[in-house]
Amino acid sequence: MEVILAGAETPAQSRQRPDSPPLLHATGITKMFGAFKANDGIDLAIRPGEIHALLGENGAGKSTLVKILYGVLQPTEGRILWKGQPVGIPSPSAARKLGIGMVFQHFSLFEALTVVENIALALSDRKSRSALAREIEQISVEYGLPLNPSSVVADLSVGERQRVEIVRCLLQNPELIIMDEPTSVLTPQEADDLFVTLDKLTARGCAVLYISHRLEEVKRICHHATILRHGKVVSECDPQKETAAKLATMMVGVEVRKLSSDLPPPQNTRTRLSVTDLSLPQPHPFAVALSHISLEVKAGEVMGIAGIAGNGQGELFDALSGERTCDRAASVSIDGKPCGNSGVTARRRLGAAFVPEERLGHGAVPRMRLSDNVLLTRHSTGDHLLRAGVLDTDAARQLADRISRSFDVRKGTPDPEAGSLSGGNLQKFVVGREIDRQPGVLVVSQPTWGVDAGAAAIIRQALIDLARSGSAILVISQDLDEVLEIADHVAVISKGHLSPSRPTSGLTREEIGLLMGGMGEPLTADRGALHAG
Amino acid sequence: MTGLMLEGILLTIITAATPLLFASIGELVTERSGVLNLGVEGMMAMGAVIGFAVAHSTGNIALGVVGAILAGMAMAALFGVVTLIFVANQVASGLALTLFGLGLSGLIGDAFVGVPGAGLARVSIPGLSDLPVVGLLFRLDPLTYLAVAITIAVSWFLFRMRGGLVLRAVGDSHVSAHALGYSVIRVRFMAVLFGGACSGLAGAYLSLVYTPQWTQAMTAGRGWIALALVVFGTWLPGRVAIGALLFGGVSILQLHAQALGVGVPSQFLSALPYLTTVIVLVIISRNRALVRANTPAALGQSFVPDR
Amino acid sequence: MRVELVRRGERSAAMAYLSPLLALLLTLIGGALIVIVWRLSTVDLSNPASGGFFGALQQGFVDYGRFLYVFFIEPLTELWSLEELVAKATPIILVAIGLSLCYLSNTWNIGAEGQIAVGAITGSFLPIFFPDWHGPFMLPAMLVLGMLGGMAYAAIPALLKIRFGTNEILTSLMLVYVAQLFLDYLARGPWRNPEGHNFPDSRAFDGGQVLPTLFDTNIRISLIFVFIAAFAAWFLMRWTKMGFQIKVLGQAPRAGAFAGFSQNRMVLLTFLISGALAGLAGICEVAGPVGQLRTSVSPGYGFTAIIVAFLGRLNPIGAIFAGFLLALSYLGGEGAQIALGMSDQTTRVFQGMLLFFVLACDSFIFYRLQIVRTPTLQTGTVTS
Repeated sequence: MEVILAGAETPAQSRQRPDSPPLLHATGITKMFGAFKANDGIDLAIRPGEIHALLGENGAGKSTLVKILYGVLQPTEGRILWKGQPVGIPSPSAARKLGIGMVFQHFSLFEALTVVENIALALSDRKSRSALAREIEQISVEYGLPLNPSSVVADLSVGERQRVEIVRCLLQNPELIIMDEPTSVLTPQEADDLFVTLDKLTARGCAVLYISHRLEEVKRICHHATILRHGKVVSECDPQKETAAKLATMMVGVEVRKLSSDLPPPQNTRTRLSVTDLSLPQPHPFAVALSHISLEVKAGEVMGIAGIAGNGQGELFDALSGERTCDRAASVSIDGKPCGNSGVTARRRLGAAFVPEERLGHGAVPRMRLSDNVLLTRHSTGDHLLRAGVLDTDAARQLADRISRSFDVRKGTPDPEAGSLSGGNLQKFVVGREIDRQPGVLVVSQPTWGVDAGAAAIIRQALIDLARSGSAILVISQDLDEVLEIADHVAVISKGHLSPSRPTSGLTREEIGLLMGGMGEPLTADRGALHAG
Repeated sequence: MTGLMLEGILLTIITAATPLLFASIGELVTERSGVLNLGVEGMMAMGAVIGFAVAHSTGNIALGVVGAILAGMAMAALFGVVTLIFVANQVASGLALTLFGLGLSGLIGDAFVGVPGAGLARVSIPGLSDLPVVGLLFRLDPLTYLAVAITIAVSWFLFRMRGGLVLRAVGDSHVSAHALGYSVIRVRFMAVLFGGACSGLAGAYLSLVYTPQWTQAMTAGRGWIALALVVFGTWLPGRVAIGALLFGGVSILQLHAQALGVGVPSQFLSALPYLTTVIVLVIISRNRALVRANTPAALGQSFVPDR
Repeated sequence: MRVELVRRGERSAAMAYLSPLLALLLTLIGGALIVIVWRLSTVDLSNPASGGFFGALQQGFVDYGRFLYVFFIEPLTELWSLEELVAKATPIILVAIGLSLCYLSNTWNIGAEGQIAVGAITGSFLPIFFPDWHGPFMLPAMLVLGMLGGMAYAAIPALLKIRFGTNEILTSLMLVYVAQLFLDYLARGPWRNPEGHNFPDSRAFDGGQVLPTLFDTNIRISLIFVFIAAFAAWFLMRWTKMGFQIKVLGQAPRAGAFAGFSQNRMVLLTFLISGALAGLAGICEVAGPVGQLRTSVSPGYGFTAIIVAFLGRLNPIGAIFAGFLLALSYLGGEGAQIALGMSDQTTRVFQGMLLFFVLACDSFIFYRLQIVRTPTLQTGTVTS
């Protein structure tokens, strides 16, 4: 992958909010889901030619508001003015007709279709495919978004998929583009390229509604910010004039709790998890093969694996947990015992515990009660939840209660179904279920994905505490800030290759970004070393 | 074997393949939109009985065919309401449709058991039907031409037209299609209705052309074979058509073998089409990459939009 | 205004019990429509003696009243028909219990009808080849052979699915036709009773080769098998790790793999259990009410059991209640045939309709209806 280093040095020109009447003015937007107010009387004015940040943590109501503006959801109350005229937006196609385009966070692409077919689906006028393919090429040159119109989306990288979304949006000549967390899937360098594209757009008078919780980024590129908390607008400001800490406080409501990891990682302890030369072929055509992965996690330390989504994190997790086994026992060892060819239950018996990325349907069964979900990972770990194959439901319920108490899992009924908990509470439960065992080795993927700041702080603190008590923790995360915050060592996964690990202290975001962009892969190892050194 | 006899066998193979082709092309469209309708057998049975009943009481075979189409669509609409609006399990609902359709067709057809029906005359295309060998392809009944036309039209629609693109998109990811503003439920409902219409045609072909009469359970598992053909054809119309001819061939050849008395019990020969289905399914599913390439990703999944 | 389906946070316990009853009510309404339309279709409306359209309509309602009586009440009024009810319910429930386990694990065995036939065949092997054996071990041996036959036959789609990824719905269904044809061959050919005047039946089983009856009735001890199987299956699902595995893998296969459970093992296991119970049902028919091997041993019990499994909420105890209701529909269908001259297919119409309504009503366990006000502005263009 080509990494453009120049992008990192984009001059931070002074950004003045254009002084023009609003392009879109939403007033008093309220959206109820049953009794829950996702949006509560929101006012939002977006001016042409500005990048307008919509800040807020998970669950603050950003996505709901955006879906209303794009016609996916209908507001319970409130009205929308477009160029001063009241409008109704009953559907996304109506939004597109007005001139509102959207780039989704979880892409709304069709894997089995080609780029040109994906784009044709979003356009209302029926052009021939070849004419459309020419237009795609033209736009991608104009905005620096290289794309091959005839490739099938399933074969594209995450960054390329985002380009498809953006080109699809641009072809509709929008006056307002909504971007939902666009950089969450990009390397820092790819993000810089995106910012260049955004500048080109605003220079032509197009407005951008930019949804993010990355404060540095918002400070850098946005003209104006609207901050949401609990479904309400809590503040409007010029982000360039505020400190990141001030923005964070407005977003979260209270000062963000600092993690305490005052204890340094113990030195010269024994290795508890080791992976040596682990290679696995692709399980299916759309997956990533793992090649020659080696790593070691010692007692007392947290090791982080950074990387962009879809570079083999899921495959690595499955190989570590034993959901996929390999032929060579020695490729994975837990506390010195080779277990590469044994399954997940055997690895748990060796003292390992695992938390997958996906809570619902992988880490927990949505339609089962918490007491049943406890059994999911602890049926064979010496917790006496079973006697001769017969369940002890009381013991399971007590265990569920203990986990809920120590991890502050908020629940409506004593033993609710997992699917009825909020994301943050369920995540505290699935992480707590494993930490409660005091495992010797814990492998956790995306520990705070889609979780509010309060729950994230509890989870990260619990991971550090567990490590300091002598366990080895491996955190696989796409959230670079998280990795830098809690890990003692970091390695980067890229296209199924894992870079050598390095101490977190003294490592910059740019260095990690280069590794994430593939500079750590074998062929480009020299270049990576050059820049790192 | 004389040329005339060979020609006769080829003709019967095509006749045996036609109902399979109708039903499996319809189901292909349904499945491409992401819906698995296992009720083909039931819809076929209803098509057969209504087609026969209408043709018999009006004396007009064309009206019978129309009636069969409407009957198949009505059954499919029932399935659509239960699975798309009430988001019931598609597998179970398809089974229910089959059981209901077989029962209701029996109830309706009670009055028509043993009543002789009028067959559909063949249509010769002047000029072409006299050609040697291939001539027989131009001396078929109108419904067979219709089946071929539908197959070509479906292929064109799916891969050349915008509507087909939307249909495939809905079958690939209903979440994305919904986010772009397509009505997933409406697209699927129409695909289900088309599947019902084709199954109805398949049924009409059985009771009006193949054996012009109504007998209880005359579909004899053809609906299920049609479902297997969709998998065999990896959701591509051309391959499904080849599969239909293959199965038509197997069922006709075993009939001829029975007639000739080849020394094998007739039951074993009768079991051949079903065993072939199992074997063919095994062979095709061994190649998982091939099956995976065209399988609609959302097949069988219910969709409830957030509003 | 429009009505929408909204996901509930948790399943509704009340709806879980109400939905089968609601479904039954809707089926009765659907049944009324069918009977009335049927009556209208049989009457010559131009004949003044028939009372015209309204006369026929009135007659339709009267017929529906009679239909309800002969369908649901009459079979319960006489001892012989109660015995008959038990005889029909027994195989249906046995099969439905096994199918419930299958469907809970999201494995689709719909070939129980074929497994019944094979169970009947393998179970009949001993009494046909050793007609003089009547010892105390004869019957148990027949039952075991019947179960093994059903298991072996059910193992075919399971193994094909595990080994090749073949769709088990289609293969298990195709094998029904194969088994029925094979049974037909045996009964007409090699296993036909040589002294049977060319009837396509085997010799009649007797003595120690048939299931004993209970008390002084015609009810056979296979009824006890039903209760044993139901209790065992209930215990398995409610209290054991095995049952937990079945539920987890059925609801969330990835979570099951994460828990260390094997999907393949469970596919085989549930197919084997349901095959064994279907085989048992088959041999119990042959060694019970039928008394010999015939060209057909089941009037569709294997398919009816699918409905019973769903109507019983995939719960073995629920299957008992549902099984008796569906057995009633067989007797009711016969009653309606005699009393009203309707087709014997009425039973299947009733069954299919019931399953439809059960599935639709089940939505209300996880969803509720909500009336939504549509937004006042409906256009995508500027309104003023």
